[in-house]
Amino acid sequence: MPLVCWFEECRKEAVPLVGGKCASLGELIHAGVRVPPGFALTTEGTRRFMAEAGIGEEVRSLLAGVDVEDHGALEQASAQVRAAIEAHPFSLEIEDLVAECYRKLAVRCCVPALPVAVRSSATAEDLPGASFAGQQDSFLWIRGVDEVLSHMRRCISSLYTARAIAYRANRGFGDAEVAISVGVQKMANSFTAGVMFTLHPANGDRSVIVIDSNFGFGESVVSGEVTPDHFVVNKITLDIIDRRISQKQLCYSVDPLTQRSRAMEVPFERQRVQSLIDDEITELAWMGKKIEKHYGCPMDIEWAVDKDLPAGGNIFILQARPETVWSAKSQSAAAAPGGSAMDYILSAMLAGKKVT
Amino acid sequence: MKFPVPHDVKAKTIPGTEGWERMYPYQYQFATDDPVRNKYEKDTFWFYDGLHYPEPLYPFDTIWDEAWYLALSQFNNRIFMVPPVRGVDHRIINGYVYISPVPVKDPEEIGRRVPNFMERAGFYYKNWDALEAKWKVKMEATIRELEAVRIPRLQDMEDMRVVTDAIGESHGYHLLKNYDDLINLGIKCWQYHFEFLNLGYAAYVFFLDFVQKLFPSIPAQRVTQMVSGIDVIMYQPDEELKKLARKAIELGVDSAVTFSPEWTKVEAALKKLPKGVEWLRSLDLAREPWFNISTGTGWYHHDRSWNDQMNVPLSGIATYIGKIRQGVSIDRPTAKVRAERDRITAEYRGLIEKAEDRKQFDELLGCAKTVFPYVENHLFYVEHWFHSVFWNKIREVGAIMKEHGVIGNVEDVWLLRRDEIKQALWDIVTAWATGVTPRGSQTWPREIAWRKGVMQKFKEWSAPPAIGTAPELIQEPFTIVLWGVTNKSLADWAAVQEAKDPQSITELKGFAGSPGVIEGRARVCKTVSEVGLLQQGEILVAPTTSPSWAPAFAKIGACITDVGGVMSHAAIVCREYGMPAVVGTGHATKIIKTGMMLRVDGSTGAVTIAR
Repeated sequence: MPLVCWFEECRKEAVPLVGGKCASLGELIHAGVRVPPGFALTTEGTRRFMAEAGIGEEVRSLLAGVDVEDHGALEQASAQVRAAIEAHPFSLEIEDLVAECYRKLAVRCCVPALPVAVRSSATAEDLPGASFAGQQDSFLWIRGVDEVLSHMRRCISSLYTARAIAYRANRGFGDAEVAISVGVQKMANSFTAGVMFTLHPANGDRSVIVIDSNFGFGESVVSGEVTPDHFVVNKITLDIIDRRISQKQLCYSVDPLTQRSRAMEVPFERQRVQSLIDDEITELAWMGKKIEKHYGCPMDIEWAVDKDLPAGGNIFILQARPETVWSAKSQSAAAAPGGSAMDYILSAMLAGKKVT
Repeated sequence: MKFPVPHDVKAKTIPGTEGWERMYPYQYQFATDDPVRNKYEKDTFWFYDGLHYPEPLYPFDTIWDEAWYLALSQFNNRIFMVPPVRGVDHRIINGYVYISPVPVKDPEEIGRRVPNFMERAGFYYKNWDALEAKWKVKMEATIRELEAVRIPRLQDMEDMRVVTDAIGESHGYHLLKNYDDLINLGIKCWQYHFEFLNLGYAAYVFFLDFVQKLFPSIPAQRVTQMVSGIDVIMYQPDEELKKLARKAIELGVDSAVTFSPEWTKVEAALKKLPKGVEWLRSLDLAREPWFNISTGTGWYHHDRSWNDQMNVPLSGIATYIGKIRQGVSIDRPTAKVRAERDRITAEYRGLIEKAEDRKQFDELLGCAKTVFPYVENHLFYVEHWFHSVFWNKIREVGAIMKEHGVIGNVEDVWLLRRDEIKQALWDIVTAWATGVTPRGSQTWPREIAWRKGVMQKFKEWSAPPAIGTAPELIQEPFTIVLWGVTNKSLADWAAVQEAKDPQSITELKGFAGSPGVIEGRARVCKTVSEVGLLQQGEILVAPTTSPSWAPAFAKIGACITDVGGVMSHAAIVCREYGMPAVVGTGHATKIIKTGMMLRVDGSTGAVTIAR
């Protein structure tokens, strides 16, 4: 079993190897959807790390006999375990493999010391439920191979937060059964970003894709701090059937000093400029359609147009999850009782059409 | 939204047109001396029927307005018993027609009409194809009858045959009778016109309504696309031109056919070539009936047919010959259109979640497909073939009137109402019989000169899109789809009309007729005779288009019209050719000038003018 692998090498079946998050990224790539490129340290890689360094033993002894009901004791044990994991270096083999992948990734993206997101990816089959997944950490804007390696260890150690330990104990999972993979993914350096629904959030119309966009990172759109540009695309034909260009006063961009995202003012002359060009809208909608088809239900998607990469290969899907509002509503049928053409014509004629 | 009071609009008579009311039937006037009628008119919503009448009506041309006033209303209200609506009422201001659907207000009466409607309309829907076949027979017989009507000249001495055959009737009597026959055939033709049309539109409108309920954002053009690609005879005239283009190349006479835009010169050249004579024979076969296609909508007497203006089809044939020589296919991309139609239909259907909705979708789509050919084909029989023959028959009547000095010019005949023509014919035949001068030879020329001035002033007047009191609910199927009457469309029209400076307008709104975005140079063609000026890739800007414009669509990049909805000719043809169209803009030909750079967004219905 490989210790590291690229996202594009993963499929659904790879969940035990790279966890749910990385496997679904691989799936999206194979469905023809572009996601920011990256690689994963596999569950085999983390297992090897724990075993080689003898951490497995250490952890077991630290956790042995801890009363999971005793909050103080649990916190203390968790802190000790996590410190132990984070202090251990990876083996040279793993370090070399990760460093090589990171170097290749930077070359691919044409950015030296490429900023990446480092996040854990759990094997969802073993550990179902968001309650566990939520415990793992994501680290953004990480640069340089040493930083990447140390944050990978922090991801692994996030398996041993007090809550995670208690959760497993209560569910009867052994700590040894825990498998985790760590994903390293290019930070989307958004020129423009936003959200996309594969149905109309206002009326539930499934024949359209609705896109909201603003310059910079998607935070300004998700948080509702600006009125974003708004596009309605016909899902069947992919033409833009409605558009509303807003005045966008602020956007989020990376601060070069702190390497953190922060709000800044959009220059006045750009405020009323369409933040996404028509070709990008069409391509994005096409991706949305693919994603919906792949998952078989309306989706709520976060996306970005990356400014580090050339046009034609720079639109990325960051996150895709099933839409919940309309999908939960049960809608009444539009058909007339009886269902013949005449039945409908009569009932619709009697209802009339509102003019005002 | 507030609209002007009809009587106020009418009260502002254009100076110099006082007394214009006598040019139209009296019941078309907004009344001030009848309190009950006056109140009804004030409380009613009237919209300008720009779809049929982009120009003011000539007194004679009012015949078709009265014909459909009667026919549409009777089929709705007295024959099929459409539950919530009666007929469509008509008025005229300054030559422009205003119409209004009349609702059934009493819910109990609506309820009583339901079973009748279900039985009667149901019978037509169920037996549609068989009844439509009968319709074609009736209609063709009516046209043949029209073609057979003779308008006799009055002889100084009647033929000997009148004596030897003991006919017992004079040409004077025949003139009166045959004129009546012409008029009666015209009215009959319009009776048939509406036999299927209301129900056809209803099927189509409520399919649209249903699909929009399932998919509130679906553009209407996508729904019409689901019934596209069905063979209709409205394409036949254009197909004949293509056939003639191929035939010309096959016979090697294509250079003779294209050597001049003047038909008379081309015809003379062809007659000298043996193969040219053969080609002319093929042409003659195509002309009957296919060149009875009007170069306009057929609603106005000045919409002449291809047969009357052979330069128009000639220019079409020349365009197609040019395309074939360049190796460009001139076939309609029917297979592609059908494949795209089927893909779109299947994808939308696949998004319908409930089984009963899917079933209803199938039922309504099936019904819309059944009625679609009639909805298209009747236009050829009535507005084109019948009307083209009819206008020319009336010109023959005009020629008699001119001969007897009642009018100065054949084309003056249109300035008389049809009952006034009948009166004038009485004047002529009695004077002829008696051997005196018709009184009308002194009165009509003066009246006609005045009416011409009035018509010119009417043309310069801008008709408000709507007057009266807007209702909350419209149930008449035509009103919604054909005229596209919605608050939004009226507001868009009103906005353009109110713009102080037409030079400053940079955006026009219309209906999204056919999807796609294109930029290009405008070519404004007010009539089909101007389409010869079109350059490859230009954007055609026209008041409205009709099948005789078809060859123009082989050249253009997009089309914009003043009048029409998503089912209008321009929208349908552009969808067939896969090029953008924005239809029903209200004023495009007034605001856009040839040579302007335009951006046409056929997906949203927006036209942007680069100034």
